[in-house]
Order: sequence, then structure tokens, then C-alpha cells
Amino acid sequence: MAKVHVSTTVNGQPMDVLVEPNDSLLDTLRDGLGLTGTKEGCATGDCGACSVMLDGRLVCSCLVLGAEAEGKTIDTIEGVADGDGLHVVQQKFLEHAALQCGICTPGFIVAAKALLERDPNPDETTIRYWLAGNLCRCTGYDKIVRAVQDAANELASPA
Amino acid sequence: MAEAVDLKAIGTRPVRPDGVEKVTGRANFGADLNLPGMLHGKILRSPHAHARIKSIDLSGALAVDGVLAAVSGKDIPGGGDLGDNVLANEKVLYHGHAVAAVAARSAFIAEQALDQIKVEYEVLNPVLSIDDAIADGATLVNESQHTNGDTSQPASNVAAVTKFERGDVEKGFADADVVVEGEYRVPTAHQGYIEPHACTATINEEGKATVWCCTQGQFDVRSMTANCLNKQVSDIRVIPSEIGGGFGGKTTIYLEPVAVKLSEISGRPVKMVMSREEVFRATGPTSATLCRAKVGAKSDGTITAATAWLAYEAGAYPGAPVGPGCMSVLAPYDLENFRIEGRDVLVNKPKVAAYRAPGAPQSMHAMECAIDDLARELDMDPLDLRLKNAADEGTVAPYGPQYPAIGLRACLEAAKVHPNYTTPPAEGQGRGVAVGFWFNIGMQSSAEIRIAENGAVTIMEGSPDIGGSRASMCLMAAETLGIPYENINAHVGDTEATGYCNTTGGSRTTFATGMAVIEACEDIIAQCKERAALTWELDVDQVDWEDGQAVPKPGVNADVKPLSLADIARSAGRTGGPLLGRASLNAQGPGASFSVNWTDVEVDHETGKVDVKAFTGVQDAGRAIHPSYVEGQMQGGAVQGLGWALNEEYIYDADGVMENAGFLDYRVPVTSDMPMIDTQIVEVPNPSHPYGVRGVGETPIVAPLAATSNAVRDALGFRINDLPLSPPRVLAAIDDNE
Repeated sequence: MAKVHVSTTVNGQPMDVLVEPNDSLLDTLRDGLGLTGTKEGCATGDCGACSVMLDGRLVCSCLVLGAEAEGKTIDTIEGVADGDGLHVVQQKFLEHAALQCGICTPGFIVAAKALLERDPNPDETTIRYWLAGNLCRCTGYDKIVRAVQDAANELASPA
Repeated sequence: MAEAVDLKAIGTRPVRPDGVEKVTGRANFGADLNLPGMLHGKILRSPHAHARIKSIDLSGALAVDGVLAAVSGKDIPGGGDLGDNVLANEKVLYHGHAVAAVAARSAFIAEQALDQIKVEYEVLNPVLSIDDAIADGATLVNESQHTNGDTSQPASNVAAVTKFERGDVEKGFADADVVVEGEYRVPTAHQGYIEPHACTATINEEGKATVWCCTQGQFDVRSMTANCLNKQVSDIRVIPSEIGGGFGGKTTIYLEPVAVKLSEISGRPVKMVMSREEVFRATGPTSATLCRAKVGAKSDGTITAATAWLAYEAGAYPGAPVGPGCMSVLAPYDLENFRIEGRDVLVNKPKVAAYRAPGAPQSMHAMECAIDDLARELDMDPLDLRLKNAADEGTVAPYGPQYPAIGLRACLEAAKVHPNYTTPPAEGQGRGVAVGFWFNIGMQSSAEIRIAENGAVTIMEGSPDIGGSRASMCLMAAETLGIPYENINAHVGDTEATGYCNTTGGSRTTFATGMAVIEACEDIIAQCKERAALTWELDVDQVDWEDGQAVPKPGVNADVKPLSLADIARSAGRTGGPLLGRASLNAQGPGASFSVNWTDVEVDHETGKVDVKAFTGVQDAGRAIHPSYVEGQMQGGAVQGLGWALNEEYIYDADGVMENAGFLDYRVPVTSDMPMIDTQIVEVPNPSHPYGVRGVGETPIVAPLAATSNAVRDALGFRINDLPLSPPRVLAAIDDNE
């Protein structure tokens, strides 16, 4: 199979990458671009560990082809913290001990940030349903939900 | 132990030292390593649950462009059952059993090449349940397996029978006013770590291998891989990556010897990563079980006798956790008469691996359901019934030892006055109570403390950090050294970089490796006192260590300023060289951890769906070093237990093929399934640990099964004995009951 040339924008940077036609966007990010912060937990869209933003929409990158990234804008966990420091969602995950092993954490942070951009004041039920596509086997979700609630509060009234 | 007073660091909740790496995507997990020239390995797996391998022909795969190596069972010459599980030899013993492997330029080519391997099978009848396995004339999973190795008896699928007995059980039941009994089935569950198994291996021309992998124990990977390949442990260096969950499932090996062998043949590094489907079909899981429990009591609640009959599926090779199942089933109780019998049963399913408190959730589900029925028969509060019979300091545990200080009674008493308990369940909801227990283990650990020239402290130890243990190590070091937590970092070393540590398992890390860290800090303090004495021209016994500084002892006449760790480190070259503390030990007295859980549920009578409305866990942590991570263990274990109680199960077809080998159909709890998980930490210090630590990681998964089962019993007005309490089972039971 001939490789496909893809021009795309990842975390604000224009990038060119050659992909196999059957590579997923997850493969492209991890193996083609070396962005291994996005994780594979299932490759079937069930666990959310590979969550990224594609043109501003939360997707499982394992369910998108790498070739589909042509001309699109992709944001991954590597782009969540800006030069000034951690994003408030990242900071709250740390303060609330909302991670144990940390493999699901990039996906949860990408998903939680997307939620707060869409709904800055979500109630607990909204948070729980928005994050229902991200599996965590360590925390029982309690501290993750609290971290997201606290992040929302802080974004609403910065300390 | 010293009753720790005025703790400054321990009990606080700082950010973990590896946190920023993990929230930014920088942390490297098992599949994240790439090496120049690296190949990708893939495994061919058995399409049959039970078959004899007549021949394997790898030539077709080797002819594929881009394939550089292929191996089969004969390439893994050692390791016994473990090696046979890594790559099958004479028989395949479960659907998904590894048969052969290839390494190719890409994972895609490797996968395609697997289709070119020719395997001839003679298909055999699969043994798929305990009932089938123990029936007369059952097909044998292993024709040379005899119960307890007794070759005077015919071969059997029962690999072992274990018994524990005390007193006169028959008399005990005769003395009882009330006797209850039941038979309970718990399904196979998977640990469900989100990170699939992954490793990368390379081996050089001298036969020295390096293996990078996600594991709970790099030293066990080293010895197991060496055994499988008939190599020496000193031939293999194992570098643990960050680990994306394990729960016991990453205490063994599957890929590592295969990757080393493929590297040896190809001369290139080989990376192997499992798919989720492979993880379900061929790793983990824990035992499905059939348990019978019987309890008798006087009308005042005093238990007069109890029996447990436990049969655990081992999968394809002996080694179900039925021993710990037997030892835990009655551990919370002070009993005169009991009999416990366990069976380790071979079936054509994956070889079971440890899963959080291995064996205890299943047996204690049975007994804690029976105890709940007993409380109903006696019209007693279920906590009062347990308080009446609770084991305490001095009780001889059913499994042998006499308990030192334990926290069961404290947990039960805390539960009784907990507002979540004193408030009755809401209208239409049911509540169920159960007790949990885990032994915990100690074993071997090593730690080194290195002091940088600015006084910063580096801990080097060998226990993979699976849930925040680096933070616990830094807190114990901060407490012992008397310096700020922020000045300390902790690292998990590879097998060449750090002293031997047993695997992260048995809830041992904060207890045992923590103890090594504390002793290594004490070593540093002793050295610092010597250096200060040298500097001040005093005797070392004239120097104290206080608040992170060397000071002259009270009454010593010396006009000197205190010397901080940084002061001493800066001038270490003039006082004897770098500061390096170390300790190695075999930790004794891990201290059992007890818990009390209760679940509040609502059952939808139209769909059979059980909704968890509230859950509370009370557990003895001995001493919570970092309370957030103790709570995290309690909450995470609870939700794993709730998933097992409500939905998780391996579903097989008649040929022994797992039908739900993915997260869509093997349904672990998601965020929207769960309420907040309330926790209360009880602290009854462990007398064997300097700060009183008990392991906390495993106990939390034990009680939720029975607590939830008992809650559904309470909500429905009748009991469903088997798990999971999934909508189809609950709906069928409701229909049957009407």
C-alpha cells in the first residue's frame, strides 16, 4: 500500500506526516508524530484513553483514520498546558489525587476540558454522563468528578 | 513501634511527585517506547478451547516480505506451566492460548503473516465449568494432573484440596437455634486495567537481554523470563515503565520471553503490544467460583458453627486463589467450630492471575450473604451480629495466627454511628452490609537515599508505583528526615539500578518498601550526625537530629550553628564523601486490614437494573500516609467490586469461546453508573510498622460483592444467590418470584 501524505495542524503547529491508509489517527499521533500522551486502551472506541479534539470536537482517535486528519485541526493532551503552566483541569486532577496509575488521565483531561469549554457550570450528573465514555479502573471516579467540579468553580471565579 | 505523635508530613495531601508527567502526557507507559530498527511482534492464538497440537509450520509466515522471525512453543524451553502458557506445547488449553509468534517490520505485516502459519489441531472436548470438571468421567484438562499430586488416585481436574478445621462442627450446629445455608456462584471477572500488556526487548551478541515493560514487579519479570528461556537472571535487565493499572494482573508474564526470542532470531529490538481482545482472552482473569456457606447461631447471635465449601476455577493450569479464599472466608470472626474446604479446579479457560485480594471476594461473598440471612433470621442489626462475633486482638484467626491489634471492631463501631448508616435507606431502596478483609504481605524490599549537593533527597526503590506510592515514600522520608516533602523525589529503579524488591502486590509497597525508605533515612541521619560531630569536633553521641538539622544535644557546650541536610551535603567531600543511605529488609507483620461496607440500591422492576444510590466504605488503614490515596484505594476497589457484583462476567459459548471480549460487552462501571463513594478511614496502628501502616489496596474490593447482594436482597424481599446481579438475571428472578 502506498502511504498517504497528510498535512494537518496539531496543537497549533502545522505538520506533515506519511500514514498508511489503514492507520488510525491514534496510530498517526503515536507512531507517526511521536505524541504518545494519547493512549490506546481498546482501539474500539469504548475506553476514551485516546480522546483528542478534532476541529473542536471530542473524538476517540482510534475511530478516526489518520488520513482523515488532512486539513483538520487536532488538539491532544500535549497541547493542554500552555507555556505559562498547567491548565486548571490538570492542576485540579493533581490536587484531588484524581489519578492513580495515570493511563486514562490524558483522555479524561482532554474530555473534561472539552466539557468545561462547552458548559462552564455542569452539575454532577452532567459531568458523569459527559465522562461516561472514559474508563478509569483505579479511582472509582469520585475524585475525578470532584476535580472537574473544582476546576469549573475555579474557572468561574479565578482565585 | 513508637506511637507516632506530632506528625508533620504524614497525613497531609501533597501533589504526587510524578503528577505533572502524568497529567501532561509525558509519562512513558508500556507501549510508549520506540527504538531504532525496532520490529513489531504479534501472537497467533488458538481458535479452540481444548485441542492437541499435531504440527506447527512457520514457513509460510517467514516467507512473508517484512517478517524477520517466527517462534513456537519449542522456542520457550523452560518455565513449566508458565512457559507453556506463554507459548503452548503439546496442547492448547483455552481459546486464545498463544501458539506462535512473528516479528515483522510493522504490526500490520506481523498480523497478516500470522495467517500464513499452519497449525494442525486434534480438537478435544472443552471443560467449561466447575460442575463439568468435577463430574465423574469428566474430560481431563491435563491427563497427568492428580489431586494434591497423589498418583495413587486417578487423574483429576481437581488439582488440589485444602482443608481448615477447628472444634466440633456437628456439635456446633446442634447447639444452634438458627442455621442458614446457601450456594453461591461468582463469575469470572477481569482486572480490567486500561493499559494492555506491552513490552519491548532487545538482546545482544553476548546473550544479554534488556526488557522494557509495564509490570508490577520488574524482578519477577526478570526471573520468570529467565526461567522460560533457561537463562540466568543476571542475563536479563528489566526496566519497568509507568504501569497503567494491574490489580494483580501484571504480576506475571505473557509476552516478554517471546519478545526476547524474536529479538534473538532477528537481531533487532522487538516490541509487542496486546490488543484489548487479547487481554480479555489470554490474560488475567480471576476465578469463577461455586461456594457453599452454612452458619449456625444461638438466638443471642453467638455463632456456634460455620462451614464453607469452596470450588475455584484455576483456568488451564493449577493455581486458583482458593487457599486465600479459604483463609479469608471466616477471618472476621472469633469461632470455636468451623470447617473450610477448598478445591482448585482445572477448566479450559485462561490461567487465572492475581486480582486484588485474590480469592477473598468470592468466598466472603458467600459467607457474608449467609451472615446477612442469619441476621434477618435473628432479627438483629447486621452490624450488631458482626460485633457480637468479631475477631479482635488475641483472637486466633481461622487460618492460624493470633491477631495482633486489628481494626475490625473499630470499623464496625464507626459504621454504627456513621450518618450514612444511622439514616435509613430512602423509600423503595434496599441496604446491604458486609465485612471485608485482607491479610496483606510484607516480604523483601530495598531502598537507597541519595543526597544531592544542595540537600535535595532522591529515593531510589524498586516497587512500581501503581497508584501514588512515590508520594507515600516521599511523605515517610519527609517525616523521618524532618525536611519538607517538596525537597524529596522518588524513583522506581530497574533491576540493575536498585536493590531487590518483591512485586508491588499484596498491598505491601507502602508498608514494606516504606519501611526500607524509613530505615534508609535513619541511615542518612546517622551519617549526618557523624559528619556534624566531625565538623564540630564533638563525639557523635553529643549530636542530635532535629527538624532536619544536626544540633548539639542539650547540655553539650558547643558554640555552633545547626547544620542542615544541605549544609552537610555541601561539605560532604570534606567529611567523608557523598551521603548515601540504604536499607534492605524482609518486612514482617504486615497487619491485616478489615473493612465494613454498605450499599444502598434501587431496583427497576421493569428492566431488572440495579442502581447504586449510595456506597460507604469504612476501613482500617493503620496509619494513612497520604489520605487521598488511601481513599482512592477504597473508592477504586469499591467500584471494581460493584462492577463485579452488578455486571462484569465472562460469557462463553458452548465451544468455550468468550463472547464478550471487549469493553463494550464486558461492562466495567463508567462514571454515570456510580454515585460518590463515601469513605471513612479508621486508624488502628499496625504495631509492626514505625508509623503504624497497614496495606490498604486490596481489602476494598472484598465486601462490595456481598454488600450489594445483600442490598438487592433487602430491596427485593428475596435473595438472588448468584452474581452478577445484571438486568437479565434480576428481571428473571423478579418474574420467577411473582
